[in-house]
Amino acid sequence: MTEIWADFFLLQDPNLRWVLAGTVMLGLSAGALGCFAVLRERALVGDAVAHSVLPGVCLAFIITGDKDPLALLIGSVVFGWISLLVMDFVIRNSKISTDTSIGMVLSVFFGLGVVMLTWIQNSGNANQSGLDAFLFGNAASMLPEDVLLFGFVSVMVLVTIILLFKELKLVSFDPGFATVIGYPMKRMEVLMATLLVVTITAGLQAVGVVLMASMLIIPAAAARYWTDSLVVMLVIAAGVGAISAISGTFVSYTAPSMPTGPWMVVSAAALFTLSFFFAPARGEFQKWRRRRRQQEKVSGENILKTLYKLEERDGLSARSRTRREILKKRRMEPASLKKGLRRLVSQGLVQHLKGQPSGYLLTEGGREEAKRIVRIHRLWELYLTEKLQLPGDHVHDPAESMEHVITPELEQQLMRILNNPEEDPHNKRIPKASPRSGGAAL
Amino acid sequence: MTHASKTGASAPPVEVHDLTVSYQNKPVLWDVDFTLPEGTLTAIVGPNGAGKSTLIKVIMGLIEPVSGHALIYGKPLQQMRKRIAYVPQRESVDWNFPVSVLDVVLMGRYAHLKMFRRPGRRDRELALQALEKVGMAAYSDRQIAQLSGGQQQRVFLARALAQDADIYFMDEPFAGVDASTEEHILQLLRELRSAGRTVIVVHHDLQTVSDYFDWVLMLNLRLVAIGPMETTFTKENLQKAYGGRLNILTQVIELSRRENFVRETEHD
Amino acid sequence: MTTFWIILTACLASAACALVGTYLVLRKQAMLGDAISHAVLPGIAIAFLLTASRNTFPMLLGAGAFGLLTVYLTEKLQERGRLMNDASMGIVFTTLFAIGVIIITLFASSVDLDHECILFGEIAYVPWDIWFFAGMNMGPRPVWILGLVLVINLIFILGCYKELKIYAFDRQLAVSMGIPVAFIHYGLMGTVSFSTIASFESVGAILVVALIVVPPATAYLLTRRLSVMLVLAVAFGVLSSLSGYYLAYITNTSIAGAIAVMAGIFFALALFFSPLDGVFIRRNRKVTLEAPEAVAGMAAGKNREDSIPLT
Repeated sequence: MTEIWADFFLLQDPNLRWVLAGTVMLGLSAGALGCFAVLRERALVGDAVAHSVLPGVCLAFIITGDKDPLALLIGSVVFGWISLLVMDFVIRNSKISTDTSIGMVLSVFFGLGVVMLTWIQNSGNANQSGLDAFLFGNAASMLPEDVLLFGFVSVMVLVTIILLFKELKLVSFDPGFATVIGYPMKRMEVLMATLLVVTITAGLQAVGVVLMASMLIIPAAAARYWTDSLVVMLVIAAGVGAISAISGTFVSYTAPSMPTGPWMVVSAAALFTLSFFFAPARGEFQKWRRRRRQQEKVSGENILKTLYKLEERDGLSARSRTRREILKKRRMEPASLKKGLRRLVSQGLVQHLKGQPSGYLLTEGGREEAKRIVRIHRLWELYLTEKLQLPGDHVHDPAESMEHVITPELEQQLMRILNNPEEDPHNKRIPKASPRSGGAAL
Repeated sequence: MTHASKTGASAPPVEVHDLTVSYQNKPVLWDVDFTLPEGTLTAIVGPNGAGKSTLIKVIMGLIEPVSGHALIYGKPLQQMRKRIAYVPQRESVDWNFPVSVLDVVLMGRYAHLKMFRRPGRRDRELALQALEKVGMAAYSDRQIAQLSGGQQQRVFLARALAQDADIYFMDEPFAGVDASTEEHILQLLRELRSAGRTVIVVHHDLQTVSDYFDWVLMLNLRLVAIGPMETTFTKENLQKAYGGRLNILTQVIELSRRENFVRETEHD
Repeated sequence: MTTFWIILTACLASAACALVGTYLVLRKQAMLGDAISHAVLPGIAIAFLLTASRNTFPMLLGAGAFGLLTVYLTEKLQERGRLMNDASMGIVFTTLFAIGVIIITLFASSVDLDHECILFGEIAYVPWDIWFFAGMNMGPRPVWILGLVLVINLIFILGCYKELKIYAFDRQLAVSMGIPVAFIHYGLMGTVSFSTIASFESVGAILVVALIVVPPATAYLLTRRLSVMLVLAVAFGVLSSLSGYYLAYITNTSIAGAIAVMAGIFFALALFFSPLDGVFIRRNRKVTLEAPEAVAGMAAGKNREDSIPLT
């Protein structure tokens, strides 16, 4: 096993070097270009173009009688273009919607390709074996001249994207504005279409028509979770494409019966799944953690507030309370109360007395914090009744959620607007902050 | 008040309690609470993004609120669906859909038909009557794409009439229609009112509000004011709904947008 | 006799697909057929591995499960992952298809399945796929399965005709009226999945897309009535099947491919020569400007800006 790893990564096998170079170039250019397709909401147009080049491949073969890579490239670029023009023509000239037009072009062109392919197969031309590699790709069979040609095409695509980055960005984001400031929109559209067709064509030998669209869509979608900057997104998408290419090639190198294309797609999908769950800021895991932290904060603040209100009820006597007493005052899950108290103890906001009497007691800092929350709650109630004329029985609920959100600055603004009030609408005293501490942050 | 008797109870047609709606954790309606009396023509006004369409969609159960609820004649919506009718914004449907004008109006009858049942002759008659009322009877066989904007709007109104409901919700019916359609719609609204129906209209033209409607509901994320036109449609309230920036409220809403909008149900 | 069975299979498949395809085209979800027909591959492969036979029933089950999984994952990914519908669909179905291809290659020695067959279908072999019931030769199995699916589709569409119509035209109104929209939605997705899977076994994934999208699109250009559109879609499906078979016969090529090509030719004819608003009619109308209302309607109805974009 280690030998295979060494063989692979030291690139001993010259054939492997070619294959790897080809797939990685493809991964890079498809990943980067795919960002524009996904952002312009044209993800499946690529799928239709990929299927539509099949008749072009077959026609080139029928004319030349050979699998000359340049002829095949030209044939498929021509048909890719025709498919785009047909889609556009149908949408412009009828009430057919975009998705129907895509599905129609995809299936009819592919059907035509299949008819031509079966015709070639039945014609008995000995050279035809291997043409069907275009359906699912067969990276392992790529010859150096294929790699040189398709690799060159991919490099050209990448260079164009880098040189015209600013223009492509604006055209994708706001075509109307681009037209107004005098961009040659027609030419830009033609350029973007050509880039798409060429990239797809270059990828056919590696992944095949059926899966080519995924090499455009998946890396771009994965990259979107990591960044809000288009440049970074392009780089990450290209990276995802390249890594998928390496792992796909690796699998089919170690297990020669395995097809490269599907493994590239599955690797890209795995990277997408990772991004979906674990990307910072946008990933599901982060979202879940943020939600949980927020809930912990809210439930901690509610416990502090309840302890304070108990003190307030009993005439501000600092006496420890059992969990049962707290639960009697405020309904909450006993388990989450227990956990919340433990957190508050470790934060030094609540003291846990073990002797007689046992129970929980606010520390000095905890009391300040509790006062701050109660203060905000009552200020907000007052604001809603006085400034927004909400009826008194409707202000508790909004205050209950806002007390966890309002910042010290807003609190001061509220105090100012309401003229440093003493009492809330229910005639409860609004606790003042102690002069020395402005309230500890949780 | 022919319909009050049909109702039997004295419950108001629309009651909204503590309604809060948030979209992807962003509040779009904030503790809205009101009651509408029977037989009124009410305009909902407010600036763009004030939540006008959202409000009627929540009442009709098209959007789930975060908290609060709406009642139709004192009962939950599910039991009262047959008594409400809806005129959506014109852009909400595909006008190339292969149906005729009469087909669209007949859809209004579906609420009264059991599953698997086809509309019958009586339904057709009602649909044709509704078309007659909006002055579109001559177009009943047209495909809907062949209509002008105003005609499309009238077809939607005819559909709502065919629903034969007690409460009508209309989302900007006057938007982008010609003068004659505007006149038709207005005529219809008045007929509905004199028949004792309750009509709630999202309206954007402040010039015409006081001429067309007798009640007004002013909205800007929260309920600014509601009541009879003369007493409610005041400069002061308009200022509150459109102009006067409630600085703190906007800041707080912004904050709760950034934080996760958590609302616990626990009470003391 | 073999010719008869092949043509009958193609006609049944095209009728079943055209019926549900009409609603997909109207709801602008045409690519769902493409997605489902690709994504069911792993389901078929797994069912095949587990039962070690080409028994249809487990295959339909496996495929059905993956068909619904595709719909579910696409919706979830769109909602949670903030992706556009087409991107999330593209991710889901290509990945599932890739997994299917891998499973098949992994067990190539034990699986008599060929992913190319799944793409193009093997309708020419249908007559030899005989169903024996109680020892009796009942004729080809696909004919029975597709016939059953066609009947189910007909029952669903005729039974829920008005609900489907309002669901497709104005979903919000349907909800506000209390029409069981969720039932209609999943009913439609279910019939789409079944039609796709049943047809796809005999005619291949790509032809399924052609049958779901192209005949309804052709019918859409020729009528302004939903009922007529349904009938025309079925008619064009059947017509494409017949002429496609003939084309394949004289050129000695793939039947499935030829049916798709014929469907495309009918579409092109409708696009140019439709008396309602074919390309030529539109050209003339621009010059004469006969009915001002009609022009206004066109302008209001069709948003000219949604033409494609070349990338």
